[in-house]
Amino acid sequence: MSTATANAIDTVFAELAARGETALIPFLTMGDPDLDTSVKLIAAAEAAGAHMIELGVPYSDPLADGPVIQRASERALRHRISLTDCIGVASKARAAGVRMPFILFTYFNPALQLGLERFFGLLQEHGFSGVIIPDLPLEEDTEVRGIAERTGVHLIPLVAPTSEARVERIASKAKGFVYCVSSLGVTGVRSDFHAGIDRFLETVRRASSVPICVGFGISSREQAERFAGVADGVIVGSAIVRQVEASLPPEALGDNALTEAGLAAVQAFIADLKPRKSEKA
Amino acid sequence: MTTTQVPDTYGRFGSFGGRYVPETLMNALYELEEAYDRYKDDPDFLAEVRYLLKQYSGRPTPLYYAERLTEHLGGAKIYLKREDLNHTGAHKINNTIGQAVLAKRMGKKKIIAETGAGQHGVASATVAALLGLECKVFMGEEDTKRQALNVFRMKLLGAEVVPVTSGTRTLKDACNETLRYWVSHVDDTYYILGSVTGPHPYPMMVRDFQRVIGLETKDQILEAEGRLPDVIVAAVGGGSNAMGIFHPFVADTSVRLIGVEAAGRGVDTDKHAATMTKGTPGVFQGSMSYVLQDEGGQVQEAHSISAGLDYPGIGPEHAYLKDVKRAEYVPITDAEALDALQLLSRKEGIIPALESAHAVAHTLKLAPTLPKDKTIVISLSGRGDKDVESIIGYLGGDLP
Repeated sequence: MSTATANAIDTVFAELAARGETALIPFLTMGDPDLDTSVKLIAAAEAAGAHMIELGVPYSDPLADGPVIQRASERALRHRISLTDCIGVASKARAAGVRMPFILFTYFNPALQLGLERFFGLLQEHGFSGVIIPDLPLEEDTEVRGIAERTGVHLIPLVAPTSEARVERIASKAKGFVYCVSSLGVTGVRSDFHAGIDRFLETVRRASSVPICVGFGISSREQAERFAGVADGVIVGSAIVRQVEASLPPEALGDNALTEAGLAAVQAFIADLKPRKSEKA
Repeated sequence: MTTTQVPDTYGRFGSFGGRYVPETLMNALYELEEAYDRYKDDPDFLAEVRYLLKQYSGRPTPLYYAERLTEHLGGAKIYLKREDLNHTGAHKINNTIGQAVLAKRMGKKKIIAETGAGQHGVASATVAALLGLECKVFMGEEDTKRQALNVFRMKLLGAEVVPVTSGTRTLKDACNETLRYWVSHVDDTYYILGSVTGPHPYPMMVRDFQRVIGLETKDQILEAEGRLPDVIVAAVGGGSNAMGIFHPFVADTSVRLIGVEAAGRGVDTDKHAATMTKGTPGVFQGSMSYVLQDEGGQVQEAHSISAGLDYPGIGPEHAYLKDVKRAEYVPITDAEALDALQLLSRKEGIIPALESAHAVAHTLKLAPTLPKDKTIVISLSGRGDKDVESIIGYLGGDLP
């Protein structure tokens, strides 16, 4: 077990803090449009300046996700992408030269069916630094938390504007970072955030000893910069997945020139999201 | 048998149940649980619910001795608990009355609901009209076609029907979409969940509102027969009518409890909804229970002739009753349900809902094997009017 080694998420945040920068954390649905392209997209995200990345496992019943990621999941599941396939992508991306930390995003049931010990064993084996399970609230996470701590994979919790008194309990146990849900609702592009968002982020900040990142609905550099001063990182999912949908349709896959152009378009989109250096002290 | 107090404070029935939902909903579930705890023994609240069940829905529903069916089968005496005689034609209104009165006490003006066959949607739209609440019903696009009459009925009652086009376009995805909508509107919206499924406290609360079926049955059978029934048979999709009639008898271990699930075209085909027979434990739509899923944990599409049973999950308390061997669960095919529907129609002049026809179908197998001094109670959960059009589709317009 390599628990003595520092977790790569912690290392990256420490480096960013030293430089006064905000983390850009893209999300990609694995297997959309196919697994080989997912590996290339991860490399493109790093080339675009991403600091770490969430690899999303497609699921039949993605309760926390809006239409864009639902469609991506459906596309991926059409060629029967499994949880183990998604975990395996990390090793392939490493072999392709990607260095940033990997975070797996999966609903609970696929991990449960794989077996929790085996699940975390695979995360370790394939070099994951963190895991996010959106339908596993604090009340249900005792067993998972125990295995996560033992294997040195950070279990990254979500807090929402409705969490109120729960923020303290969740944030105080957080590892890696606290994932702050920007608004009520599912993932997806939106123009406005929860009215009390800044006060909410301050509450999380006070309760947390790890960095805080904001996600759900961030789709432009203006929005990313809006949070750069108050959070340590921004997570962008649906906006990127929508760009993948538009730039890499199935018919582009057989054609090298179209695939290269699609990858370049996604890379440019991610590069453009990157917040300029914030004013943080 | 020893039954421990279920659920526990985590909403657990043994290893089943719990609250597996996005963090955004957790406080809403606690708010609901606290409100339900406050009102469930409140005399004013209970009086209002009882008044509406009696004067509005027509309870108590009769426990009817099906004499001609009994004679035809030549075995155990068969009683029908006539939930089909409720206002709106099914047991669903027992729960929607309870939850809508609760929603009102909680100060919520908007309600949302999911529906499969449309019965729970109609029952929700009905109580929304009755109590002056705004109502949105989420229904799989596929089901809006199969149950067009119920869609129109909901609209007549002033509800908005939202067709769901994600995933399988049936009940499963209608539930997902209702939960997603609730996540976005949790500030002012009450979710009337229609079965003993989902995250805690729903399985417990819906059970409690449906227990009236079993409580009445107990009084009625004691009056008619002077003793408890030997067997109770009820259809299970999510399992609300079954849990409602089973629960008051769980401690009466002489009473066999049989849940009948939809085998569709057969449990050895890939077109069925036999969650207990073919499913495995997993987390689905907020709770741990048996689920129809592939080896990777992806939830599978269910199939049944009955839109109300066409669901790949089942309530966690049923999973618990199965595992502690207090209840049995058996599959019935589409064809068996259709035969039973026709037989009950001709022998008793009662056209059952396709859901309830599954319970009748199992009774057709069981009753002849039991002596005449035994009694079976069937939960006749709904009437068949809503299904007539789809039955025409299966049988052809021309009956012999």
